[in-house]
Amino acid sequence: MMFGGHLLSLLIWLPIAGGVGVLALKDREDAAKWLSLIISGLSLVLSVPLFASFKTGTFAMQFVERSPWISTVHSEYYLGVDGISMPLILLTTFTTVLIVIASWENIEKRVAQYFAAFLILEGLMIGVFAALDGVLFYVLWEAMLIPMFIIIGVWGGPRRVYATIKFFLYTFLGSLLMLVALIYMYLKSGSYELAVFQHMPLTLTEQTFIFLALFAAFAVKVPMWPVHTWLPDAHVEAPTGGSVVLAAIMLKMGGYGFVRFSLPIAPDASRKLDWLIIGLSLIAVVYIGFVALAQRDMKKLIAYSSIAHMGFVTLGMFIGFQIVASTGRTSGIELGIDGAIVQMLSHGLVSGAMFLCVGVMYDRVHSREISAYGGVINTMPKFAAFMVLFALANSGLPGTSGFIGEFMVILASFRANVWYAFLAATILVLGAAYTLWLVKRVIFGEIGNDKVAALQDLNSREFLVLGALAVAILLVGLWPAPLLDVMRASTQHLAQQLLVSKIAP
Amino acid sequence: MNSLAPFSVSQFNAGLIYACPEIFLGTAACAILMLDLLLNDTQRRWTGVLAVISLAITALLVWVQPVSSKIVALGGLFELDRMAQVLKVVTLLIVAVVFVYSTDYLKRRAILKGEYYVLGLFATLGALVLISAGSLITLYLGLELMSLCLYAMVAFDRESGIAAESAIKYFVLGSMASGTLLYGMSIVYGVTGNLELAAIAGAVHNGLGGNIGLVFGIAFLIVGVGFKFGAVPFHMWIPDVYEGSPTCVTVFIGTASKLAAFALAMRLLPEALAGSQGDWSQMLVVLAVLSMAIGNLVAIAQSNLKRMLAYSTISHVGYVLLGILSGTAQGYQASMFYMISYVLVAAGAFGMILLLARHGFEADKIVDFRGLNARSPWFAGMMAILMFSLAGLPPFIGFWAKLGVIQAVLGVNYTWLAVVAVLFSVVGAYFYLRIVKLMYFDEPTETTTIGGSVLMRTVLSANALLAFGLGVLPGTLLQLCQRALQ
Repeated sequence: MMFGGHLLSLLIWLPIAGGVGVLALKDREDAAKWLSLIISGLSLVLSVPLFASFKTGTFAMQFVERSPWISTVHSEYYLGVDGISMPLILLTTFTTVLIVIASWENIEKRVAQYFAAFLILEGLMIGVFAALDGVLFYVLWEAMLIPMFIIIGVWGGPRRVYATIKFFLYTFLGSLLMLVALIYMYLKSGSYELAVFQHMPLTLTEQTFIFLALFAAFAVKVPMWPVHTWLPDAHVEAPTGGSVVLAAIMLKMGGYGFVRFSLPIAPDASRKLDWLIIGLSLIAVVYIGFVALAQRDMKKLIAYSSIAHMGFVTLGMFIGFQIVASTGRTSGIELGIDGAIVQMLSHGLVSGAMFLCVGVMYDRVHSREISAYGGVINTMPKFAAFMVLFALANSGLPGTSGFIGEFMVILASFRANVWYAFLAATILVLGAAYTLWLVKRVIFGEIGNDKVAALQDLNSREFLVLGALAVAILLVGLWPAPLLDVMRASTQHLAQQLLVSKIAP
Repeated sequence: MNSLAPFSVSQFNAGLIYACPEIFLGTAACAILMLDLLLNDTQRRWTGVLAVISLAITALLVWVQPVSSKIVALGGLFELDRMAQVLKVVTLLIVAVVFVYSTDYLKRRAILKGEYYVLGLFATLGALVLISAGSLITLYLGLELMSLCLYAMVAFDRESGIAAESAIKYFVLGSMASGTLLYGMSIVYGVTGNLELAAIAGAVHNGLGGNIGLVFGIAFLIVGVGFKFGAVPFHMWIPDVYEGSPTCVTVFIGTASKLAAFALAMRLLPEALAGSQGDWSQMLVVLAVLSMAIGNLVAIAQSNLKRMLAYSTISHVGYVLLGILSGTAQGYQASMFYMISYVLVAAGAFGMILLLARHGFEADKIVDFRGLNARSPWFAGMMAILMFSLAGLPPFIGFWAKLGVIQAVLGVNYTWLAVVAVLFSVVGAYFYLRIVKLMYFDEPTETTTIGGSVLMRTVLSANALLAFGLGVLPGTLLQLCQRALQ
């Protein structure tokens, strides 16, 4: 194997070490930018072999690294990826490069610290997706909050302090309850290894408490209604790069937590409480969809749209139990989970792209209000083309990545109950309504005011960033087969795990 | 009833070898007191240098003692085990660090007196005696030696009215607590007929477990321990004394005396009264929950950093008690790890205040840290490490401390206590984050460069980086605590 079997370590530690290096550059801004670009580019290149030499057809962990870390608590430095986490790592490295390029000119203060924060964050996020040890996972999961806290707080908008402290405390509370659950399982099994957690027998009561504790951590992160209120605040106040990371990757960690922890560790409790998740997901889809319609701030609108789309993710993950309950067959479970994961990846690309589009406009006009724009297409035709494409992807147009996931989840819901499918499908209507209405008001029509009239179209740097995202969105939308192949074995395995009761005989 | 073996001079003398670090430190303190008289004000810094050197030598003497199992010496008065060894070394090193931090501060305030070091050395000696105490008598002796020195140190700045007020408050309340403790000890002596900890443990084990008189005595002991620790509801003195004392004394009280209080609790409760664990555990549950709640909640309202750190201490004591009350070896190890890591971080946090302070400016308001990142990114980073560590965030040492104690209470099925503990640590995160917010998100209100000698800056940076380094690789310290309390 390449890199002596330390590819994942390299992917984690290279950005972190690079971030520290960038930090040391202090006032040499150009050097800091170029070093960040090199480091993040190198990470992207390094993540290619992860995809290229990934073995499909097995659910076993690959690129495994394992060595003792803290013997007294039986915690190991244990990394590995399967078909679910590998694409998320690719998404992380891809997004980070784009953020570095997109932030090239619009950060005015403490440039080195800004880029360093993103690089360190990248390493930590990759670590979260690769960690197979409970303590290691938790350490990286929490450590991630620190750079994000700084990013929103230093480079954010006027209410940044409120937003960042709210973000921090919300997620911190959820995670600590997860910690209690992890320790409980450790005390019972004598190991922090995730695989051990997944196989250990647990009574239904234990599972229920563990499920709820994990739910506290992941539901806040996703975020699910009603614990979503930190997200619009954080998104609105965060700098563009921060919004992109938040939407594209950090929200995915909640979904990832459900598939990696909640479902396989507490399958019986998941079955018992599936109504809770499905109910909250449908509320997110329908109610938050309406809330998004009412927004006047572009970033807030996309934030609410994110919550609705993530509701789709959680719906797809838990709908399998209802399929089994109503039809007695197990064939739709994977479909829901596959759809949920594709939706996560697609939403990472689409929402990131949408936030970057808002950032492009904000850099020029310094307003996020929808009413401050109008007729942007007249002055920025290239930009308008991208924005329309991303908006269509956000509303799930066939041929874009947004369609694949939504279609699969709706199909799976259909097998469970027509009404679930009906409610879930409102996202197609509502999503189209709020996104296209946004586009209508911002992009089309007469030129709204002098500022819009004076707009410059995309420069080549911005074109490159949005172009890369557009290609990725279309690629996943038109040819999702390689992605589904990578995931198949892992989701099949997960679907089997769900059906086997863990209650000790 | 008297369990003391017939006194033999030769045996007593043989035991002196185990107490040689204490004997050395006591002698050194006396010698430094004498030497200091011969120095004039320009040579005064040598007192500090000598004090640090003698602390280092004492630490070395403690460290080289071969301790495989518990050694009882000096007719049962003195006890040396691995826990004592580790705690002593940590205490001595922390005091040395405190002396380094204090020297600059004292010099700038023109109160660089030899008495500070001498009193500090004697207080340390008291802490060492307490840590190694084998009987109630030595326990009390060590505690009082330490406390009396601390009272004097608080009042050390004669010109300061607020310091004098704090000293009186500390002295009156401290004496009351000592009295309560002594009363509890006398009851325990009356019930068990023994002063030696090992003999008391034996007596309690052999059928005195549920004795109502013993429980009565334990209640008084808990009051005394709670007071020295600063656990709610015996915490009233902490905020006032922390705020009123010169910062160089606050850091002493906040670190060395906490380690001593931990040793006091460990000697009295798990060692001497293991048989009544059910009784004192329940009492500690109350203290722990109240401390975590009051400490974390009231800290939010503080505008003075020393006062905020005082309430933070109170809350951390609550977490330390979680480990002790679990009554398992794993819990004691977790508590010890928590205490050591807390002391390390607290020393750094007070060190930051000392670093920023200059003549006529204490830097003890929270807003004094505003915009520190613009003034000195390095020290803002160090302070951020310390604050995140206090908040219990990985990858800093405070996280492992919290992990350990939560594990301890979950291990004895106090799940609700674990949930309470994590909920209050979210509350606590808020006020630590506020410091980070001020340093990073706000613009500075003043632009003076940051002072401090090279030595102090180096030690302070090392201190904070240790909180980070041990957060990434906590294995060594965890093992040390594990071996100390098996």
